Amino acid sequence: MKRSVIDAWVGAFVAAGFGALLFLALKVGNLATFAPEDSYRVVARFGNIGGLKVRAPVKSAGVVVGRVAEIRFDNESYEAIVTLHIGSRYQFPRDTSAKIFTSGLLGEQYIGLEAGADGVMLKDGDRLRLTQSAVVLENLIGQFLYNRAAEGKEEKDAKK
Amino acid sequence: MAIPPVVEIEDVRFGYEPARPALAGVSVSIPRGAVVAIMGQSGCGKTTLLRIVAGWLKPEAGRVRVLGKDLAALDEAGILALRRRMGMLFQFGALFTDLSVYDNVAFPIREHTRLPEELIHDLVMLKLEAVGLRGAAQRMPSELSGGMARRVALARAIALDPELMLYDEPFTGLDPISLGVIARLIRELNDSLGQTSILVSHDVAECFDLVDHVYIMAPARVVAQGAPAELRVADHPFVHQFVAGESDGPIPFHYPAPPYGTDLGLDSARG
Amino acid sequence: MAEQAFAVALRAVLERLGRAVTARILRLGFAARFFGYLLLHSGVAMRRFWLTIREIYFAGVLSLIIILVSGLFVGMVLGLQGYETLQRYGSSEALGILVALSLVRELGPVVAGLLFASRAGSAITAEIGLMKATEQIAAMEMMAVDPIARVVAPRFWAGVISMPLLAALFSATGIFGGYLVGVQLIGVDEGAFWSQMQAAVDFREDVLNGVIKSVVFGIAVSWIAVFEGYDAAPTAEGVSGATTRTVVTSSLAILALDFVLTAFMFTGGNAR
Repeated sequence: MKRSVIDAWVGAFVAAGFGALLFLALKVGNLATFAPEDSYRVVARFGNIGGLKVRAPVKSAGVVVGRVAEIRFDNESYEAIVTLHIGSRYQFPRDTSAKIFTSGLLGEQYIGLEAGADGVMLKDGDRLRLTQSAVVLENLIGQFLYNRAAEGKEEKDAKK
Repeated sequence: MAIPPVVEIEDVRFGYEPARPALAGVSVSIPRGAVVAIMGQSGCGKTTLLRIVAGWLKPEAGRVRVLGKDLAALDEAGILALRRRMGMLFQFGALFTDLSVYDNVAFPIREHTRLPEELIHDLVMLKLEAVGLRGAAQRMPSELSGGMARRVALARAIALDPELMLYDEPFTGLDPISLGVIARLIRELNDSLGQTSILVSHDVAECFDLVDHVYIMAPARVVAQGAPAELRVADHPFVHQFVAGESDGPIPFHYPAPPYGTDLGLDSARG
Repeated sequence: MAEQAFAVALRAVLERLGRAVTARILRLGFAARFFGYLLLHSGVAMRRFWLTIREIYFAGVLSLIIILVSGLFVGMVLGLQGYETLQRYGSSEALGILVALSLVRELGPVVAGLLFASRAGSAITAEIGLMKATEQIAAMEMMAVDPIARVVAPRFWAGVISMPLLAALFSATGIFGGYLVGVQLIGVDEGAFWSQMQAAVDFREDVLNGVIKSVVFGIAVSWIAVFEGYDAAPTAEGVSGATTRTVVTSSLAILALDFVLTAFMFTGGNAR
C-alpha cells in the first residue's frame, strides 16, 4: 500500500477521533468549568447540605455563575463548610444569601444565590452570612404529619 | 602464519532436555573460504549446531569460536555485532511477506546503515542481479515460486557482504532446475565474495558435487568427515548406508516392534 | 487396596492441577517481563513513527466500519429501550441523558474494546504468530534487528493510540443513533434531548473517565494481543489457538477492568 495513502487515512482517522472527543466534551458534556484563576473563593456554612456534591453548580437567577469547590465538616460547630468558586465577572453584594435547591423534583442539588442590597461587594475569602439548608424529605414529611396532627387536635378542641 | 579457521567448535555439549543431549562432544573446524556441509538424519543435531554457531543457543560445555571471537565471552551487543558479519538463509526463505522483493533485500541495509536511498537502490540491484532476479524487484513474496523466494532470501542474506554464510536445508523441496541454480549460486558467491559457507542438508547428491568438505553426524556426534570423494568410498557402515541411500543397515528399516507373528496373533492361537 | 488406588488417582489429579497452575503463573511472569522489555525498547517505534502509523492504519482505520456501525445500532437500541422505560414515569425527556451517560461511561469503552479485541487484536496475534511460524522473526534476529522493537512495539502502541479514538467515535455515533430514534423517529423534544444531556454529562466525571477507561482497555488488549502472537507455537494449531486466546483473555480482562475502574470512578461520596 502506498505510504501517502496510509498517511492520509491515519490522519483522517485521528482527526475524526479527536473530533468525536471534542463533540463529547463540548456538545454532550459541560466543559465550562470555572478555572481557579478567573474566579474568587467564597465560604458558606450550612446546617444540612443534603445531597450537595463537589462541582455542583452555583446559580443566580437560574444562570450558572460558579461551582462548589470544596465541602468540609466543622467538628466544633457541627456545620458543613462549603467553599464556592464564583466567576470573576460576577460581583455579588456582601449580604447575598445562599440556599440549597433541588433541580426538578428528584434531581441533583445546587446552590442558589440571591443578591442582597449592600453597596460593598464580596471579596475573595469572604463568608456568606445568610444561608438556608437543604430541604430534607424526611423532615418535610415529619413536619407535615405533625402539622396535620396539631390541626386535628385544634379542631377537636374547638368542637368541645 | 596459518589463517585461523573461521569457525572452531571444540567438544561442545548441548541438550534441549537434561536427559537427552542433542550434541555430546562435537568438534568441527571450518577453514576460511571453504564450503562445508554438515549432514545427517533428521534429529542428529545438525540444526542445533548451526544455531550454536549463530549464537542462538549456548552450549553447556566446550568452546565455540566464530570469526575469531569466543562466543561465551560475548554479551548481547557483541553477538549482534557478530551477526552483522554473518548471513543466514532459512529453509523456506523467511521473506517478510508485507514487503516487496526490493524492500526485503533493502531491509538489512536500511536497518544497519544510513546510506542514502540512491545508493541503497544500486546495492539492491547489485544483489538481485547476482541471484538473477533483478527484474522481479517490485514483486511481492506471495507472487514468487519457492525457488525464486529462496533466491531473494539469498540476495537479502548477502546484502551486507557477510564473511560467513549459513544455509539451513537450502535444497529442500526444490525442482531440479532451481536446485541447480541454488547450488551454483552458493559456490559462486562463496568464491567471488570471499566467504566461508556452512550448509546443513541431507541431499547427498547435490552436496557432494558442491562442497569441499563434509561432516556426517549421527545422533549427537560426528561419525565421519572428509572430502566428498573420500566419503563415497568409505568403509564405515553408517557412512556407506547414508551416502548410498540404502534402506537397511546400521539404521534399520524396521522400527523396533514385537515379533511379527505375535502381532498377527499366530503364536498363541496355534492350538 | 481401594484406598491405595484412590490415593494414586487423587495424587495424579493434584499433580496435573498443580502443574497447570504453575504453568499459568510462569506464563504470566513471562508476559510481565515481555511487557517491561517492550516498553523499554519502544524507542524505535517512536523515532521511526512511520512504523506505528502503518499499524494504526491496520488496527484503527480498518476497525472503523465495525465500530461505527455497531455504535449506531447500540445507540438506536438505547433510544428505543430507554424511551420505552422512561415514558412510563413521564420522564421521556431524560432520554438524552440516558443515552449519553450509558455510552460515555460504559458502553463506549467496553463494547468498542470488545470489538477491537476481536477484530484488531486477533489480527495482530495472527500476524505476529505467522511471522514466527514462517521464521521471519528468526530471520530478523539473524540480521541483528530486534524483532520486539521493530515488529511488536509499533503494533502495541498503535493499539493503545487507536482504542480511545475508537471508543469516542463509538459513543459519538451512538448518541447520534439515539438522537435519530428518539427525536426523529419517536418525537422526543429535540431541545430537551440535547440541553438535559449537556446539563447532566460532566466532562471530568463522565467523558474523561470514559477516555481513561478506553486507554486502560487499549493497553490491556494490545499487550495480550502482541504477547499471544509472540508466544504462539510456530504451527497452524499454535497460531489459531493463540488468536482464540487473545479474544477470550482480552474480553475477560476488559470486563474485569471495567468493574474495577467503575468502582473507583463512579461511586459516590460528596467530598472528594
